[in-house]
Amino acid sequence: MARIGVFICHCGENISATVDCGKVAETIGKLKHVAYSTEYKYMCSDPGQTLIKEAIKEHKLTGVVVAACSPRMHEPTFRKACAEGGLNPFLCEMANLREHCSWVHEKNDLTTEKAIDIVRIQVEKVKLNSALQPIRVPVTKTAMVIGGGIAGIQSALDIANTGHKVIMIERSPSIGGHMSQLSETFPTLDCSQCILTPRMVEVAQHPNITLYTYAEVESVEGFIGNFKVKIRKKAKSLDEKTCTGCGLCTTKCPQKKIPNEFEQGMGMRPAIYIPFPQAVPNRPVIDREHCTYYIKGKCKICEIVCPTKAIRFDQPDEILELEIGAIVVATGFDIKHADFFPEYGYGKYKDIIDGLQFERLASASGPTTGAILRPSDGQVPKNIVFIACAGSRDPAKGIAYCSKICCMYTAKHAMLYKHKVHEGKAYVFYMDIRSGGKNYDEFVRRAIEEDHVNYIRGRVSTVFERDGKLIVKGVDTLLGAQPVEIVADMVVLATAGVANSGAEDLAQKLHVSYDAHKFFAEAHPKLKPIETNTAGIFLAGACQNPKDIPDSVSQASGAAVKVAGLFSQNELTREPLVAVVNRTAPPMYSTCVGCFMCQSVCPYQAIEREDFKNREGKIVKTVAKINEGLCQGCGTCVALCRSKSIDLYGYSNNQVYAEVVALLNEY
Amino acid sequence: MSHSEYNTERNSLAYSVEKNVEVHAQKCYQCGKCSAGCPVADEMDLPPSMVMRMLQTELAANDEKILRSHSIWLCVTCEMCLSRCPMEIDIPSMMDFLRQRSRSEKKVNPKAKNIIAFHKSFLNSIRFTGRLYELGLILDYKRQSLNMTQDISLAPKMISRGKLHIFPDIIKGKAQIARIFKKTSN
Amino acid sequence: MKFGIYPGCSLTGSARDYNESVFALAEAFDLEFAQIPDWNCCGATAAHNLNKELSLALPARILALAEQNGLDEIIVPCAACYSRLVVTQNELKKNPELKNRIREVLEMDYHGTSKILNVIEWIDKYIIPKLDEKIVKPFNYKVACYYGCLLVRPDKVLNYDRAEDPQTMDIVMSKIGADPIYYPYKTECCGAGFSVSRTDIVSKLSGKIIEDAEHRGADAIIVACPMCHSNLDMRRSDINKYWKTEYKIPVVFVTQAIGLAIGLSSEKVGLKRHFVEVKIS
Repeated sequence: MARIGVFICHCGENISATVDCGKVAETIGKLKHVAYSTEYKYMCSDPGQTLIKEAIKEHKLTGVVVAACSPRMHEPTFRKACAEGGLNPFLCEMANLREHCSWVHEKNDLTTEKAIDIVRIQVEKVKLNSALQPIRVPVTKTAMVIGGGIAGIQSALDIANTGHKVIMIERSPSIGGHMSQLSETFPTLDCSQCILTPRMVEVAQHPNITLYTYAEVESVEGFIGNFKVKIRKKAKSLDEKTCTGCGLCTTKCPQKKIPNEFEQGMGMRPAIYIPFPQAVPNRPVIDREHCTYYIKGKCKICEIVCPTKAIRFDQPDEILELEIGAIVVATGFDIKHADFFPEYGYGKYKDIIDGLQFERLASASGPTTGAILRPSDGQVPKNIVFIACAGSRDPAKGIAYCSKICCMYTAKHAMLYKHKVHEGKAYVFYMDIRSGGKNYDEFVRRAIEEDHVNYIRGRVSTVFERDGKLIVKGVDTLLGAQPVEIVADMVVLATAGVANSGAEDLAQKLHVSYDAHKFFAEAHPKLKPIETNTAGIFLAGACQNPKDIPDSVSQASGAAVKVAGLFSQNELTREPLVAVVNRTAPPMYSTCVGCFMCQSVCPYQAIEREDFKNREGKIVKTVAKINEGLCQGCGTCVALCRSKSIDLYGYSNNQVYAEVVALLNEY
Repeated sequence: MSHSEYNTERNSLAYSVEKNVEVHAQKCYQCGKCSAGCPVADEMDLPPSMVMRMLQTELAANDEKILRSHSIWLCVTCEMCLSRCPMEIDIPSMMDFLRQRSRSEKKVNPKAKNIIAFHKSFLNSIRFTGRLYELGLILDYKRQSLNMTQDISLAPKMISRGKLHIFPDIIKGKAQIARIFKKTSN
Repeated sequence: MKFGIYPGCSLTGSARDYNESVFALAEAFDLEFAQIPDWNCCGATAAHNLNKELSLALPARILALAEQNGLDEIIVPCAACYSRLVVTQNELKKNPELKNRIREVLEMDYHGTSKILNVIEWIDKYIIPKLDEKIVKPFNYKVACYYGCLLVRPDKVLNYDRAEDPQTMDIVMSKIGADPIYYPYKTECCGAGFSVSRTDIVSKLSGKIIEDAEHRGADAIIVACPMCHSNLDMRRSDINKYWKTEYKIPVVFVTQAIGLAIGLSSEKVGLKRHFVEVKIS
C-alpha cells in the first residue's frame, strides 16, 4: 500500500504569488494514498529538507513528491534529502510548479487548479516508481587533448603535471598552432615564439605526454571515464626513430614551389618538409599530394640523400585504438579568407594581405626576416591601411559576430609597422575599438598617442589598384561622414576569426553540440563555459569562439582542472535511468523478437545482442540487450519497439500512462 | 514583437520609414560604408549614414532636417549603399520614401528645384502621350526651371544624328495611362 | 525564334544607335522580335522618385501587355528599363496586396510571369552559341567594360551577375576577340538621371569613369545602358569642359561591338550617330 508524502514549496513568493499553495496542499492531502501533504516557504532550505526527512520516518512514506521549481534546479537536493531520510532517492519526484505554472500565469483559480493537476500527475507516477541503484563505472585515467596549439599545450602540460597520462593529437606535422606564426604579442609586445617554444619542447619531453602529430581523430565511442578512441596516424613516409632531423632531404627535394602553410602562402616549401625551424617534433613529413614520387612514380631523391635511410615511401596510415577517460578539445580557429569580400580586392592584388600574413611579414622568422615589405615588389610601404572588421560584424557577406581579437592585433600591427618604418604613415579604419582586457586599452592608446597611428572611424567601401598603388575609399564618420580617400602601398585586412576546418566533423564524432558558426558549444554560457553537453569532454581555446592567448591559456588550465577532478575518483556513479529489455522464462526468454530496429536508432550504440542457447549449446534465440554503461536513457528505442519489450527505468510506459490517466480522471 | 509595435506613441519619421518601406533605422550601426561608397556623398549636406543616424534619434528637429535636406534629392539610386551595407539596409527605397514625404509635407529643399522640375517634366511628358517625348521634356523642363540657355547647342546635334523626335509618339492606351496617373496621384 | 522586346523610350530617340545595333544583331542571327504592342514608358527615375505607386503601375502595364500577348520572354536592352521591370515584378511578387491594388489601377490582369532578360543575358542565350562561326573581324581592342549600376544592382533582386567586379560583359567581349582590361570603375555611377538637371554631377562622375578607362589604356568603353551611353558620349563636351580635358575614348554598345565583329558596317550598327567619333570599325 503506497504512502505518498507531498511537499508544496512557496519558493519565497515565486510560486505563492499566483498559486494558492494552501489549497493545493489541502486538496492533494485528500487524495487516495497520500499519507501526508504540507506546504513551506523554502523547501530547499535546511528546515525544509528536515521537514521532508522527518515526515518520511514519521509517516512511513513510500514515495515523495516535492512540488517546487524545475528538477534541473533542485532534484539532486531533494533526492539527497530523501536518501538521508531513509528512502531510496529514486522514489522522489518533483512537480514543477514554478516554470510550468506560477511564472507563466496570472493569479487566479485556474492557476491553482493547474498546480493541483501538476502535483496529482506526479503523485500517480511516484506510486509506480521503483527503488533504483546508481550505476557505477570505472575511470580510465588517461586524457586526450585534441589540438596542439597554445590551448592544447597548456591543457596537456597542466594535466600531465598532476601525474596523469595525456595523449596529444595534432593534425599538422608540428604542434604550436597559430601562436607559433605570430610575430609579437599584445599588449606586451613579447616575441611569440620565444615564449611558446619552451612549452612546445616541454610537451615533447614530458614523461606523461604522448604526442601524435600528423594524426586525426577517426572515431569516438563510449562515455565519461570510458571513451574508446580511434586515431589515424597519417603516414609521414619516414621512420621517426631512425630520422635524426638533419634536414638534408628538405634541401635536396627538387619540388620547391609549394605554398608554405606556415608562411600563409608568402613563401614556398619543398614536398618533404619541416613546417618551421622550431617545429616539434623536428622531423620532416612527405606531403604526398605534391611529392613527385607519388605523382609520377619516380624521384626518390630524399631516399638517396638520407644518411640514416629513414625514408619509407610505402608506409601506410596507422590506426591506433586508445582507452581514454576525458577529452579536451583544443582545435583552435581559422581566419575567414577575405576573397568573399570582392570590394576589398583580396586575392586580386598581392599587396592586400590578411592579418596572419602580416604576422609572418613582421616576424623575425618570416619570409622577409621581419622587414615590412610589399609582396608585389619588395618595397617598403610608405602608406599602410589597416581595415578592421573585414568580415566580422557583417551579416550580409561575412559573419554577424565580433571576432574579438582583431581590434587588438590591428593596433599591434600598426604599432609594429611604425616601429619598423618610422617615416611611414599607418591608418586604421575601425568602427569601434573593443579593447577590454588587462592593459589592452592602454596599448591601443599608445598606438595612437605615441606611435601616431591614424585611426579613422568608418568603414572602407572599396579598395582598387591604380599605378601600383592601392586606392582606399573610406569615410570618416566623426567628420560628418565625409568620404576619405587614401593612396596606400599596402592594405591589411583584419579578417574574421571562424571555426576551424573540420570542426563540424569532429563535433559529430564527439557527439558534442556546436553553434550556427560551427564553433563548439559550451554546456552553459556562464556557469559551464568549459564543459560541453557531453560529460567528460571539455573545451579549451578558440575552438569555442575567437579568443586571445591569455583567455585561451586560462580556459585550457580550467579544462585541465576539470580533467584532474574527474581523475581524482576511482569510479563514477551514473543515474540508473536507462532502458531495459525484458526477460521472461525459457523458452521465450524475452518478448523481444530480435528485429534490432532499436539498434539502428540508438544514438549511443548502447544496444547489444544476447544469444540464448539450449542445452546442446545451440543458439535458440537472439534478443536485444542494453549496455547500461552506454545508455543515456533517451527512450528512442522504447518508442520504436514494436513488441513493447523495452522500458525505461524511472519513466516506464506504465508510469507515463498513469500520469495521463490521472489528468483525464476527476479527483 | 518589434519595438515599434508596442510603442503606439511613436510618430517619428523613423517609424514612418519602418511602416512604409520596412527599413529599420535601428539596424544601422554607423559604419559609414554607405557614405564611403556613395558617388554623390561629397555633394550632400547629409551623407546617407548621417540620415540613418538622425532617424535613429527620433527627434522632431532631426526629422525636419532630413525632409528639408538636399541629400534626399541628390541620391541617384545607384544602389551602391545597399549592395555593400553589412546590414542590408535598403537605403535607396528609404530615399524614395523620404522624397515623397518631403514633397507631401512641402519641405522640399530649394536647391533641389531643378531636379524635381526635371522629374515633373518627365512625368508630364508621359502622362499625356504614354511615352517619353524628349523634345517636349526639354522644353517643359526649361519652362519649369527657367534655365533657358542650358543645352541649347545639344538639341540641333541630336536632331542631326536622328536622336530627337520633333513630334511625340502617342500610344493608343493614352487614356488608360491618364487614368493610371489619376488613380496613383496621392 | 520569337520573343518579346521592350525597347523603351530611349531606344526610339536618343539611343537609336543602340536600337539599330540590337535589331541588326537579331537579323544577322535570324532572331525575330515581337514588340510589346502599345508599350508605354517605364516611368524611369522620375516615377520612383516622386510616386511609388506610379513607379510600379507603369512597368506593370508593360508586363501585363506582354502576358496578354503571350510573350513569356522579354528582352529589355535598356538597363534602366530592365531594372524597373525586374524591381516591379519582384515588389509585386513580395506583396500580393500591392499586386491587387496595381491590377485595380491598371484595370488589367497581371500575374508577373514574364521572364525578363537584359541584353547580356539575351546575347548569352541566343547569340553566343552561334557566334564563333560568324566572327569575321575579331574585335581586337583593349576594352573597359562599363556595367553601370542598374545592370547589376540590387543584385539580390536582379539575381544576375555579382555586384562587385561583374564578369558577364567581359566574357562576352573576350569571345569576340577583345581584351577586357582590369577596370575598377565598372560599376561606379555615371550620374544617371541627372543628365539635364545636374549636368555638373554627371560631368564629374562620368569624367572619373572615362579618365580611369583612358588611363588604363582602353581603346573603347563598352556599355549596355542607353543612360550610361548618353552620359559618357553625348555629355562628353560637358565632361571635358568640367575637367578641362580632351577625352576622346569612344563609348560603344556591346551589341555594336559584336555587330562589327561579325562584319556589319558601322552605319548598320549606328556608330555614325555617336557624339564621340568612333574610329574603330
